[in-house]
Amino acid sequence: MSAVIDNHGHAHGGAHDDHGDHGHHPSGLMRWVTTTNHKDIGTMYLWFSFAMFLVGGVMAMVIRAELFQPGMQIVSPEFFNSMTTYHGLIMVFGAIMPAFVGFANWQIPLMIGAPDMAFPRMNNWSFWLLPPAAILLVSSFLVPGGGAGVGWTMYAPLTTQMGPGMDLTIFAVHLLGMSSIMGSINIITTILNLRAPGMTLMKMPLFVWTWLITAYLLVASMPVLAGAVTMTLTDRHFGTSFFNAAGGGDPVLYQHIFWFFGHPEVYIIAIPAFGVISQVIPAFSRKPLFGYASMVYATSSIAILSFMVWAHHMYVVGMPVAGQLYFMYATMLIAVPTGVKVFNWVATMWKGSLSFETPMLFALGFLFLFTLGGFTGLVLSLTSVDVQLQDTYYVVAHFHYVMVAGALFSAFAGVYFWFPKWTGKMYDETLGKIHFWLSLIFFNITFFVQHFLGLAGMPRRIPDYNLQFVEFNQISSIGAFGFGLSQLLFLYIIIKAIKSGEKAPQLPWDGADTLEWTHLPTPAPYHTFENPPFVK
Amino acid sequence: MTKKFGGWTAALLLALHAGAVSAAYQLNLTPGVTKATQIIYDLHNLMMWIILVIFVGVFSVMFWSVYAHRKSQGHKAASFHENTTVELIWTIVPVFILIGMAWPATKSLLDIRNTSSPDMTIKVTGYQWKWGYDYLKGEGEGISFMSQLSTPQDQITGAAPKGEHYLLETDTHVVVPVGKKVRVLTTASDVIHAWFVPALGVKQDAIPGFVRDTWFKAEKEGIYRGQCAELCGKDHGFMPIVVEVVSAEKYSAWVADQKKAMAAAADDPDKKWELADLKARGEKVYAANCVVCHQQNGQGIKGSFPALEGSKIATGPVGAHIDMVLKGKASTAMAAFGKQLSDTEIAAVVTYERNSWGNKTGTVVQPSDVKAARK
Repeated sequence: MSAVIDNHGHAHGGAHDDHGDHGHHPSGLMRWVTTTNHKDIGTMYLWFSFAMFLVGGVMAMVIRAELFQPGMQIVSPEFFNSMTTYHGLIMVFGAIMPAFVGFANWQIPLMIGAPDMAFPRMNNWSFWLLPPAAILLVSSFLVPGGGAGVGWTMYAPLTTQMGPGMDLTIFAVHLLGMSSIMGSINIITTILNLRAPGMTLMKMPLFVWTWLITAYLLVASMPVLAGAVTMTLTDRHFGTSFFNAAGGGDPVLYQHIFWFFGHPEVYIIAIPAFGVISQVIPAFSRKPLFGYASMVYATSSIAILSFMVWAHHMYVVGMPVAGQLYFMYATMLIAVPTGVKVFNWVATMWKGSLSFETPMLFALGFLFLFTLGGFTGLVLSLTSVDVQLQDTYYVVAHFHYVMVAGALFSAFAGVYFWFPKWTGKMYDETLGKIHFWLSLIFFNITFFVQHFLGLAGMPRRIPDYNLQFVEFNQISSIGAFGFGLSQLLFLYIIIKAIKSGEKAPQLPWDGADTLEWTHLPTPAPYHTFENPPFVK
Repeated sequence: MTKKFGGWTAALLLALHAGAVSAAYQLNLTPGVTKATQIIYDLHNLMMWIILVIFVGVFSVMFWSVYAHRKSQGHKAASFHENTTVELIWTIVPVFILIGMAWPATKSLLDIRNTSSPDMTIKVTGYQWKWGYDYLKGEGEGISFMSQLSTPQDQITGAAPKGEHYLLETDTHVVVPVGKKVRVLTTASDVIHAWFVPALGVKQDAIPGFVRDTWFKAEKEGIYRGQCAELCGKDHGFMPIVVEVVSAEKYSAWVADQKKAMAAAADDPDKKWELADLKARGEKVYAANCVVCHQQNGQGIKGSFPALEGSKIATGPVGAHIDMVLKGKASTAMAAFGKQLSDTEIAAVVTYERNSWGNKTGTVVQPSDVKAARK
């Protein structure tokens, strides 16, 4: 493999563009408002997602501060409920999803040798729908009644009791959904039509594959969510009774519709994370990804299965036994392709030549902790065990292992990995490693003990608890404060690197072998691949 | 602070020494007092063993690689990247492991979900934020009561030390006989709740407009506590469940007591009340049903729950006020109390609200007025 890198290690193709001689695009703020450049838009997505990550993080701190001690100390129960609601919505829709769309914007054209995304103007709009959505979400705290305290799942009929904050939230979800759908159409079209000559589908980097699959998931599932929240809206204001039993509707119908979106959503978050990891682990193992084809098939199977398991979130709504059994079997089946992926990553490392820079550390953290989250998912898949664990802190621990140690760690791995390519600067490796170890340790202090809380029967979404839960809640809160503070270090590392980072070498990672490393200078110029490379 | 620090260091140490489990550091599911909890407990332990084996297998390979195949140790990368046989093995072997898990899981589920031939049936109704119980069938048929949090407010705010059963104590207990199969029907009047008692291995959503069922057969006498497990609004964290499992004799005695108490508590619907008596009665009804939203001082919670002091309803025409309490207000947390409260109770609480705080209407609502308004 190193022979391939030697062949392409020198930069060519588009270096002459890096002079701002494309003078017809505006500068300053208008550059960002009007830009159709995939790199600018990718950068905006990433900064937006980090800003939302901080907002959602502050909400998590409020939650953990209130739960530090039994009794009500800091906030009222209804404000606590709105904290859990917007923490979830903002982290899922505002932080994690836009982060990976940011990666997609930056990386997909670079990795397939395309000059830009297929629909650059739509790309601009997909991004600029996000800030209004964020403003709607946050401003729901300012209207009478405050933020909706319904949980990020927004179950009916509780939603009909909320104030206008609920409507703002519904409109925000509409905007976020539109943004996602447009982004997905763009990604699918780009990948299917703008690949460089010679780059067949089965030669694409796995990150591109995972985004192709994710984009199809988004196109198929976001309209379902839009439908669910629109029905909520008409139930609230226009006298319909979709989810109101008194008018012939069914509250459980909402849950079926929501989770038909919601379970694919889990994989919309996880699959691009798999993609990043599948680039980082081979690069730092200096060995090609093991089982490329089986990775593609496994990812596709996960995507298809994700549409067939939704009601495992609803084991205690009172389904017939046959339904519970079906959803249990289908859910357990997801362990097979997920296992294949984990085995392939471990096999990629096996007999490699490993080094442990920050991106690799985050990738290993992902591998280890995401697998733990997968194991607890297997426990939860068993309907009878889930009767004890549904809606307890065990579930909270489970999905934070998947979302934080999974998706977030993967996003960190991706940022550290591609940062030199994007900016031409190196981040501080020592600080990066400290960021990793602090995140890893505090993450586990926060969430590992929550398994015990759930096993002992502490329900989720409660602002106060019995004294038997005190100790683990205090441990968890201390971990959460540490985890939150550690992320400010990340912000410092990034700003420091942008302002005064050392100049990055052309190929900072000697094991990286995709087009952006082999065919482009570092940093990548504003316009790239105006003449497509030829891929052998 | 030192004490707290000591507390969580101790917790970390305990977590490391998994053998030392105290009540406060419970590390596993409750073994419970029903066959279902025992089945779930055993199945969960079995799963943990299987997971532990896979975990050790996968990560010993990974960490061996991290240890032995380091660039800094001069390890040169191999170049293999495909092996169909290996891929097939690690696809098919997990399928068999999963089938091995699915077998006991299916069996346990079929046992747990069998609600047939109960000895008695209790209907559980979720309200924001309390539980209603109706004994529908079996010994005790006809008993009906509400059950809500009995932890005093000053324990919650921190003004008083918290008791052992803080937030898990209620004014009335669901009493059931030991060794009898109790079928539980769940429903709700406003939003979705969930009836969850870990020691009985029961969690069932209570859905407005629909009836679901579950069951338990407690094999040991005792008091078992649980909570609402589905977010149901402001006081979701404050609607506990207390089930008291007693011997057959004690249960019979309890049933007799309840029947007597119910007969004594029944109000004469035609009685004419004086303002002072009615207000005193109304204060109790208000404390049990209204105070969580409208507050002790009648000021409500700004933006969420309207004030009653000086409100149009509580100071305007009395008919609209009675209607509001009877029928509730759609799309808000204001429940229809018509089914929960008797004519006398509604008359009392309306009278109380119209003659408390700054409200001085002087209106006395008689139970017969409420009875008329129901039609």
